[in-house]
Amino acid sequence: MDLNAVIDSAVSAPAASASDYKGLSNVATTNACKLCTPLGATLAFKGVEGAVSFLHGSQGCATYMRRYIISHFREPMDIASSSLGEKNAIYGGGPNLKKGLLNAMQKYGAGVIGVATTCLTETIGDDVARLLTEFREEFKDLPLAELVHVSTPSYSGTHMDGFHGAVKALVDQLCPGSRENAAPANSRVNLFSGMVSPADIRHLKEIFRGFGVEAIVLPDYSETLDAPALLEYENIPSGGTSVADIRAMSGARASVELGRAISTQDTAGTSLNERFGTPLFRLGLPMGIRETDALFATLKSITGVDTPRDLLLERGRYIDSLVDGHKYVSGLKAVVYGEEDLCIGLTSFLAEIGVHPVLVATGARNRNLSAHIEAACGSVLREMPPHLRPIIREGADFFDIVEEAKTLAPDLLVGHSKGQRAAREWNIPLLRVGFPIHDRFGGQRLLHLGYRGAQALFDRLVNLVLEKKQNDSDIGYGYL
Amino acid sequence: MTETAKALTPEHIACPEDSAAIPAERATIFEERKDQIHRVGDGDFAMACNRDSLAGAVSQRACVFCGSRVVLYPIADALHLVHGPIGCAAYTWDIRGALSSGPELHRLSFSTDLQELDVVFGGEKKLAKALDELIPRYEPKAAFVYSTCIVGLIGDDLAAVCKAASARHGIPVIPVQSEGFKGNKREGYLAACKAMRTLVGTGETADISKLSVNIMGDFNLAGETWIIKDYLNRMGIEVVAGITGDGRVDDLKRAHGAALNLVQCSGSTQDLAKMMREDFGIPFLRVSWIGIEDVAESLYAVAEHFELTQPELAAGMVERTALLVRDELATLMPQLKEFRRDLEGKKAAVYVGGSFKAFSLVKAFRHLGMEVVIVGSQTGTEDDYRELAAICAPGTIVVDDANPLELSAFLKEKDVDIFVGGVKERPIAFKLGVGFCDHNHERKIALEGFVGMLNFAKEVHASVMSPIWQFVPRRESQNRPIEEA
Ligand code: SF4
Ligand code: SF4
Repeated sequence: MDLNAVIDSAVSAPAASASDYKGLSNVATTNACKLCTPLGATLAFKGVEGAVSFLHGSQGCATYMRRYIISHFREPMDIASSSLGEKNAIYGGGPNLKKGLLNAMQKYGAGVIGVATTCLTETIGDDVARLLTEFREEFKDLPLAELVHVSTPSYSGTHMDGFHGAVKALVDQLCPGSRENAAPANSRVNLFSGMVSPADIRHLKEIFRGFGVEAIVLPDYSETLDAPALLEYENIPSGGTSVADIRAMSGARASVELGRAISTQDTAGTSLNERFGTPLFRLGLPMGIRETDALFATLKSITGVDTPRDLLLERGRYIDSLVDGHKYVSGLKAVVYGEEDLCIGLTSFLAEIGVHPVLVATGARNRNLSAHIEAACGSVLREMPPHLRPIIREGADFFDIVEEAKTLAPDLLVGHSKGQRAAREWNIPLLRVGFPIHDRFGGQRLLHLGYRGAQALFDRLVNLVLEKKQNDSDIGYGYL
Repeated sequence: MTETAKALTPEHIACPEDSAAIPAERATIFEERKDQIHRVGDGDFAMACNRDSLAGAVSQRACVFCGSRVVLYPIADALHLVHGPIGCAAYTWDIRGALSSGPELHRLSFSTDLQELDVVFGGEKKLAKALDELIPRYEPKAAFVYSTCIVGLIGDDLAAVCKAASARHGIPVIPVQSEGFKGNKREGYLAACKAMRTLVGTGETADISKLSVNIMGDFNLAGETWIIKDYLNRMGIEVVAGITGDGRVDDLKRAHGAALNLVQCSGSTQDLAKMMREDFGIPFLRVSWIGIEDVAESLYAVAEHFELTQPELAAGMVERTALLVRDELATLMPQLKEFRRDLEGKKAAVYVGGSFKAFSLVKAFRHLGMEVVIVGSQTGTEDDYRELAAICAPGTIVVDDANPLELSAFLKEKDVDIFVGGVKERPIAFKLGVGFCDHNHERKIALEGFVGMLNFAKEVHASVMSPIWQFVPRRESQNRPIEEA
């Protein structure tokens, strides 16, 4: 097993080719296909045990983001805020930040506070790192929470940048140092899963366990954002990655980082790799057969364990179901939109099952999406007739997506809830995936990853197609 | 003239004995918030309101921008452009159930999506270009341009850009000064009112009846404005403008032709009503369209107003109103009775945006035989809360600008059966296994008017009477000893 070769091939980005999207000429953004940067950070912080997500800025942003996140997860999502007012905007938000941190510690019992900035505090130039140092000094006689901060101005980037930025900040600030002071070597594997659903996180953990490793997943909001009914309200919901586990990351066997489109230098995985030499495996989101195979191959190369039988059976059943169902979806044209990495994974999944992803669009910019999609889809895409190969757009909003899709006569939309208007207008099905799911139930339990996730997606997709067929037909066949 | 209709003088009900003990330990209340919480019967009434939210607390409050956006959102043929980074616009895209009988431009989300360079060099050019792009594309009757926090900082001259765009495109382009950090929702309401005021008085009013009103502070959620409009029409009254329910720019322009303004909701449009009283001499009535008494008394107050001011034209209006109310109640009451049988004695918590709605809800619950044991709002005034306290039973908790910790502690302490609030409160209630009824701007079920009371009863009943509560930990642990005995 040449581990290094695998690592190298996994880490090195596909040959950079400029995205073919030159930007539509629109100045205004109409119906955005992205969210603001700090939202991603507050979600990531939510996956740390005992943590409170904290926004340094005015109150409105926190309230809006909470509402948006709650509508998807249907779980409490507290986001504390330094609630800056007009005076603070002029004289700086330091005093409010410190007061807010104290309150979050004393009233919530926060063990960790993840501070993300907002456009307001970025613009007035508050130096949060310095403020936190001052705070630690000022209150050093108190038992202080771990303070982690990330810079998240929305005027550059999207919620995905906020998410990945927060994960990296957690690793950099809670697992600092270099080889000399690394945690004792342990048998665990770090897993940076990206912004996936609680159900996905649970499944990933199960997969790792199948290979005999207990993953250290960061962030792990599989419990905090999908918790059981409780007798006693918990200020901070149970679950999440513990600080001790984050520290132990420096002694882990390897890191697996999911997401082809994350920047190649500046991530939690590269940080551990550079500082502690932790081998890094960068893979796409395991969606569909080949991307999931790649994860399993990687796990095998790390652990030396063969894919467990029950997971192999899942793969086999999935392929069997493709045989049974392929005709229902074969040749359909789909429009895929949403976060860059989800787009890549979905495109790969769709191309594999014979659906043509004719348009793939994300609100993010400079993600090199074309190259990543090519790499993820490989031969499946190359063998497609040229006129059906995807048009790939970055920096798109729903105005762009709808305008462009109109010319392509799609049969199907694949993405989060916000494509609902278009789907309704064109009377075509929308396969709801990712975040946010605001108009259906159970978004937090949607499974996308692994063979099992592919199976769930395929079943839902086929049923959407059948349902439409049945509803549109005069006869209403009872067998389809 | 009649600023406070008799409809809303809180009747001081005889308070039933309440045995709920006040726990000694109230640790979840932040020291600095103690004077924003009051327990009825617990010492003299004193509450500090309209404070800035406390840093580090998870407030349910929103920002100035949010306040403006809520009020102006239902104006369906206007372009609503949010000048700022993407979040502020993204989070307010089509989130409300405000219906329109015609255009639906309000359901789209427009943003200048400011980028780093704009923040450094100013966003005025981008804003002007965005308007030049969007106005011809959608041909709105007017455009509202909202400023957000950043715009307040980088110093864009919103007014100048809007004025120039207005000249170029020949429609009103109205700046809404709603920088988020410059206060809370209430300042946002005021900014929205100021923006609307620039439209009012610019339209033709010759053909408007002397028996006419504007319906203000109602947003046509799930078609509620239409319910009220129907009642008023049946009484012989013309509705000039929904402000802003099913709102139109042209209606706003001629709204000063109405003889009377009907203002619902404690804060959102009252400022505009006051401006219209000052500038055009239009009186206003404060009304509430929620709950049986409040709807009936609001309608009566309107009829009485017109019989008094237009004795000839409005002759018989009170009579007609009485008939209408009788008709409606004849269908409603028997149905309510059914629900009441099940709901009698159950306990409710109310936490809503405006305190006026809280009043109406307290009364509405009484018709269901239920008792409100916790009541609060995000934006009430001290007077509002004093009056609220007066109509609630001893032991009732009255709270201003609550946070999840407090709310959850209160819910548990009072062992409530249903919580009425907005989307942000729902998970707290659900996590503790408490029923829930959505009563905010996102609701999709009409809760106003007499039919709204019926819908409300259905909602409450559907939640409270569900068999699932026996399985939630809270009730499971209550039930277990009995089963074992
Ligand atoms: S100001 Fe920035 S951080 Fe706040 S909601 Fe708007 S985009 Fe998001
Ligand atoms: S507080 Fe400011 S930045 Fe945040 S949502 Fe409100 S206007 Fe936007």
